[in-house]
Amino acid sequence: MKKRDRKVIIIGGGLAGLAAAVRACELNMSVDMISYQPVKRSHSVCAQGGINGAMDTQGEGDSPEVHFYDTVKGGDFLAHQPLVRDMCHQAPAIIHLLDRMGVPFNRTSEGHLQFRRFGGTLYSRTAFAGATTGQQLVYALDEQVRKHESEGNVTKMEWHEYLGVVIDDQGICRGATIHDLRTGKIFTLRGDAVILATGGPGNVYSRSTNSTVCTGAATTSAYLQGAKYANGEFIQIHPTAIPGADKLRLMSESARGEGGRIWVPKTPEDSRSPKEIPENERYYFLEENYPLFGNLVPRDVASREIYEVVYKKKMGVGGQPMVYLDLTHHSKEYLEDRLGGILDIYRKFTGQNPSETPMKIFPAVHYSMGGLWVDYEDDGHGMIDQNSPRNQMTSIQGLYAAGEADYQYHGANRLGANSLLSCIYSGLLVGRAAFNYSKNMDVAPEDISSSFYESEETLWDNRFEGMKRMNGKVNPYSLHSELGELLLENVLIVRENSKLSSTLEKLEDIESRFKDVKCLDTTHWSNPMPSFINQLRCMIQLSKIITKGALLRDEFRGAHYKPDFDLKQPKDFDPHEYIDYLERTHYEEVKDSDFPPGHLDYMKRFQVNNDKWLKTTVAQFKDNGPEITYEDVNTSLMTPRPRKYD
Amino acid sequence: MKPISLKIKRQDGPNGRSYWQTFETPYRPFANVISCLQEIQKSPVTKEGKKVSPIVWDCNCLEEVCGSCTMLVNGRVRQACTALIDNLETPLTLEPMSKFPVVRDLQVDRSRMFENLKKTNSWIDIDGTHDIGEGPVIPDQDRATAYVLSECMTCGCCLEACPQFTLDNSFLGAATFSQVRLFNMHPTGETQKEKRLEAISKEGGITDCGNAQVCVEVCPKKIPLTDSIAEMSKETSILAIKKIFNR
Repeated sequence: MKKRDRKVIIIGGGLAGLAAAVRACELNMSVDMISYQPVKRSHSVCAQGGINGAMDTQGEGDSPEVHFYDTVKGGDFLAHQPLVRDMCHQAPAIIHLLDRMGVPFNRTSEGHLQFRRFGGTLYSRTAFAGATTGQQLVYALDEQVRKHESEGNVTKMEWHEYLGVVIDDQGICRGATIHDLRTGKIFTLRGDAVILATGGPGNVYSRSTNSTVCTGAATTSAYLQGAKYANGEFIQIHPTAIPGADKLRLMSESARGEGGRIWVPKTPEDSRSPKEIPENERYYFLEENYPLFGNLVPRDVASREIYEVVYKKKMGVGGQPMVYLDLTHHSKEYLEDRLGGILDIYRKFTGQNPSETPMKIFPAVHYSMGGLWVDYEDDGHGMIDQNSPRNQMTSIQGLYAAGEADYQYHGANRLGANSLLSCIYSGLLVGRAAFNYSKNMDVAPEDISSSFYESEETLWDNRFEGMKRMNGKVNPYSLHSELGELLLENVLIVRENSKLSSTLEKLEDIESRFKDVKCLDTTHWSNPMPSFINQLRCMIQLSKIITKGALLRDEFRGAHYKPDFDLKQPKDFDPHEYIDYLERTHYEEVKDSDFPPGHLDYMKRFQVNNDKWLKTTVAQFKDNGPEITYEDVNTSLMTPRPRKYD
Repeated sequence: MKPISLKIKRQDGPNGRSYWQTFETPYRPFANVISCLQEIQKSPVTKEGKKVSPIVWDCNCLEEVCGSCTMLVNGRVRQACTALIDNLETPLTLEPMSKFPVVRDLQVDRSRMFENLKKTNSWIDIDGTHDIGEGPVIPDQDRATAYVLSECMTCGCCLEACPQFTLDNSFLGAATFSQVRLFNMHPTGETQKEKRLEAISKEGGITDCGNAQVCVEVCPKKIPLTDSIAEMSKETSILAIKKIFNR
């Protein structure tokens, strides 16, 4: 075996972690991979619909530049533009790479890649493997990592949990503290760099489309150790999920990409079965309100519309918080081939067949656009310098983040099928960044004083001993449910300052009751209880980041909707007017009469709002809570403008 | 509605003895086995009122794509998340899989399955992650065949049901054979075809299959495992004959 002298510790084995591992191995690094469970079972397997890459195989005039525009516009201009642009330009190569790894992407009659439509775009640019694309992508990368593992380049530590980073006296990350979930033993690993590819925090809301491991504990732990956390308040609510007590199971956007229609009966509480309701008595509200994008408006827009129909217009199906997602106009065979995986999920959990009767769905917490603040280096020409060690580095030197754990690709709202792309793009990018960083480190991890490692081990040993001794009255799982209900009630689609500030107070209350938690299991073998208590501690802190960020941000942007600060875009407004307006202001005094009535006023409001709020939210842990500041967003390539989808 | 009663086989550690405990949890529409276990976790008290340590089990996605929560529900191996209470006879019995070492309670160690994927080179050898252009052209019907095989989530149902697969033998089992078929049918994967076939021709390989055909019945993804076994038997025989002639 070749001698390897640079080691990276990768936490998490979903798409970002696996991609990072493959890239790091190619660069002759040795990799330690830490995961709660076999990496093949990571949450990325839940992604369904596909992965975006503009190849224009259907002659629609699509291109990576249009993909870039759609993504930045979809995110309400809050994403750093060179990163998004670079990602969109690399997307076709990433899809080809996955194809070469053996992902069974659906094919055209000639045997080439097939693409379908997704939300927030008018082009067919989503490559897909049935309706289990995430699963297929994880498997392909998992297989590549297994190959490297069998060659001795990767050491997998499954059934292990990341607790925190080891930071030396210069503030540099030198390794990680790990918890063996079987033996309960806590130990440290030395490494040149640590990558957090630990996914999203959906479980903060208790019920979401996320898997049970998605607690956000790892990223929060880094925040508690001093790393910056960015855009926490931007939580994506997916418009279509199957309501449930334990989980809100995702019903992929690909259902609408394949022609699925959203509707409610025009008569509230109509008791007829949906098939008996004639066409003219159905309210296809997305198609009516957004003639151009129809059912494929971006997720934030669709979720708000469903909320409006259900809660304001009281038109939910059977008076319940549900609307129909209808695919019954397609043949069974077509649906099985294109969407079999997700229709199976619906059948299994509801007992109804979506090819015969419309599905009943409702929005659910799905994805965090926010995450650990990470750096990047552009090349001065609107793309990314691929070789910069700064790419994906958190504010702690030597600690990196990628995938849903970072913050910078989706702005205020993510477009469907962009998450698989950003996970793999940032995973490949971070692998190289960690390598280039390690190459320049003059001190090997083995030569760092062991005192830094020992003190972290002692700290976590004591912390876990303390948690095991907790013998109060509160059941941690019940407290977690309560935390989730609080956020679902107050920090979801429609946000109001009065509710947000009372939520912050209630979070303090939950935090104080956390001290009275009881550790129900004090045994020493495969005991998940102390870990869960630690995760709950992190989830409470993360809730504060989300809630305080939402409270302070007095505007309406993407998934962050505050009706009190809605700028009320005129119905007949055209976003190009704004570009025109900006140009004219350079030369002359702009008059009201230059634009249709009310438009100039709106554009002025828009401009003032952007000057104040087109900023990244940055949270830092101070005095047991987040201190929030704001940073500029890189909008150097495309002028931010009002969004419009009708 | 009557509360749901669950009889659960427990074991404190790999070397401990197993024992049964019964729990009750309120009925809820659309409840599944995992949601019941989650309810019990909030107050782990047996039916007899005895406070006990919380039950330990594995789960993750809760929508039957990750393969974590495989266990025996009323004696039948399956994922617990899609085991809806309304469709099951109660009182329910839950047991850990019997063909893998128990870690604790309903948790088992299935690392043998992942090791088998290593033994059989279950991956496509690519030149690298850099941009070297498109993948091979593949007819959509071939893709459709591959896709079904590729849905295997390494859950272990087929091995639990297989009479040939035991705790202490080296039988590779249906899931592994089917993966070999998947990689051998890929245009690039084909370059390593013989290596994989050799790996399943050794002890514990394809000839040890007793043709009980139960694997295919329990597969949650309806993977045509017996077709894969038949196909791989044929391929390994052809390879063996070829070797004789090439000697």
